[in-house]
Amino acid sequence: MFKQSTLVSFMAAAAVALLGTPAAHAQVIKIDGSSTVYPITEAVAEDFQKAKKNAIKVTVGISGTGGGFKKFCRGESDLQNASRPILAKEMADCKAAGVEYIEMPVAYDALTVVINPKNAFIKEMTVSELKTLWEPAAQGKVTKWNQVNPAWPEAPIKLFGAGADSGTFDYFTEAIVEKAKSSRGDYTASEDDNVLVQGVSRDVNAIGYFGYAYYAENMARLKGVPIVNPKTGKAVEPSGANVENGTYVPLSRPIFVYVNAKSLAKPEVNEFIDYYMKHADKLIREVKYVPLPKAAYDGNLKHVKEMKTGTVMGGKNEVGITVEELMKREAKM
Amino acid sequence: MQPLTTDEIRIVIAKGKFRDNLFKAVGIFCLAFALLVIVALIADMVIKGAERFTLDFFLNFASRRAAQAGILSAWVGSLLVMLVTALAAVPLGVAAGLYLEEYAKRNWLTNLIEINITNLAAVPSIVYGLLALGIFVYQFGFGQSILSAGLTLALLILPIIIVSTREAIRAIPAMIREGSMAVGATRWQTCRYHIIPYAMPGILTGVIIGLARAIGETAPIITIGALTFIAFLPPLPFTAAEGGATAGLFDWVMSPFTVMPIQIFNWTSRPDPAFEVNAAAAGFVLMAMVLSMNAVAIYLRYKMRKRIKW
Repeated sequence: MFKQSTLVSFMAAAAVALLGTPAAHAQVIKIDGSSTVYPITEAVAEDFQKAKKNAIKVTVGISGTGGGFKKFCRGESDLQNASRPILAKEMADCKAAGVEYIEMPVAYDALTVVINPKNAFIKEMTVSELKTLWEPAAQGKVTKWNQVNPAWPEAPIKLFGAGADSGTFDYFTEAIVEKAKSSRGDYTASEDDNVLVQGVSRDVNAIGYFGYAYYAENMARLKGVPIVNPKTGKAVEPSGANVENGTYVPLSRPIFVYVNAKSLAKPEVNEFIDYYMKHADKLIREVKYVPLPKAAYDGNLKHVKEMKTGTVMGGKNEVGITVEELMKREAKM
Repeated sequence: MQPLTTDEIRIVIAKGKFRDNLFKAVGIFCLAFALLVIVALIADMVIKGAERFTLDFFLNFASRRAAQAGILSAWVGSLLVMLVTALAAVPLGVAAGLYLEEYAKRNWLTNLIEINITNLAAVPSIVYGLLALGIFVYQFGFGQSILSAGLTLALLILPIIIVSTREAIRAIPAMIREGSMAVGATRWQTCRYHIIPYAMPGILTGVIIGLARAIGETAPIITIGALTFIAFLPPLPFTAAEGGATAGLFDWVMSPFTVMPIQIFNWTSRPDPAFEVNAAAAGFVLMAMVLSMNAVAIYLRYKMRKRIKW
């Protein structure tokens, strides 16, 4: 009986200790959202914590852009990584919960169309060729390369692409098929881009698409397809330089970080954003993404200081938009 | 029927022996196949991850540079989550199993409960994650903490512990119970001094099997919101905390965390192939954790069995 009573008192003590603690974690900056933006934010968080000698703690989760916005609009995270702009429905959710936010474009991501290095017949592709290949009508019909371009051999096509829950899929379909989430379904889909890298690198007749960083890290095993710029008619290689000079269209897109306006009352969140924008250029290059011009980061800091809440994107994906255009626009809630 | 000649008997015996040996060979082949798979798996991880097996790997936090990235927050997180899981699931599971075997009346209700517990063991783990997200994270307000994760995994392994407790109790001969009762012991005294000690080795096996399953679980932990980048540890009891306060004895249970399987998953899905080395090394560490848990269980079982004298 003695043992039982000690157990009971131990459990009571545990309960008291549990209930008495919830306010202990004031100094943690919570970030969640897209896996595409994750490497950048992780690099910033890592260096920021070191610079602050671990006095400020940062946590970064990967819930995906959509899953992250759900948490963000409930006020559960301070910052939200987003590989696409906030959508109309998410704007409504945030509004309903009284969450105001400031939108900050942080980098470019270039969707890269890749083929096997042994593939000798594809030198470049046009948007309409990609559309022929990927539109829903192609399902089960377009299966040989010569159906896309008569100059190409009669070889079977092996398709690899992003899973339907990713922001990459949303943007690619919007840019190529001109309708978000509209794609053929008979291809190997994976949320894990390394699966796609493996697939394309093992099959001569394969073609796939994913974020530029995965291509940049695996150039020995993959070939990036130059995409014909619809305005100039010239084929443009996927490369950091071509994204920066604005010729790699329509497959380059800005990616964003959103900050909850209420979180800006916390000095540590302000410090973090300041650090993010000041070190973005160096860190983004290091993780193989394409940084924005310096003016964009200065603009972000200015927006944060002036509490310019809302989005300039109008609640939808937009193809071929430049960051200069973004910075000029007026944000709306 | 003619009696068999000596030669015919020899043939019959030889045939029997041949079949005997044939089955032995098939058995050895099956065993070798299973062993080969696990040896290949371990060897693959060791060879790929060899260059990361340094002290730094265990003492460093996650990093964007593969060579500097370590598993400190992941292994500490995994151990603490397992601690909460064991503290919650073992008393609940053992008590429930004991009640069902020793106290409950045999009727349709008990049968219904039994069937449901067995079925619970087959529910996909993600479903427990969704349940826990609603109940622990939001309803009880535990947030995305070690406590939520530990309780979630406790729910997951509860059926395993209940079932193995009952099997261990059922294996105890009825004469033990009868003997105890015959000298005037109450039912509780019988359980306390006979049933539980004798069933302990079996219960322990169930607990370890449950924990070994729980430590590799990813889906329910991701559902309740474990983090991917976290470069600090939960507060140690009685050390200085933020704002000059002292961390309480149980502050760590409310801390954000990550666990080994999530760290491994994150490393395999990164653009830079150098992280595959980290993933292999971390995979080996996770496997070593499971193996050493099993080793502890085997040792304890051996010690306890020696004490039982029927």
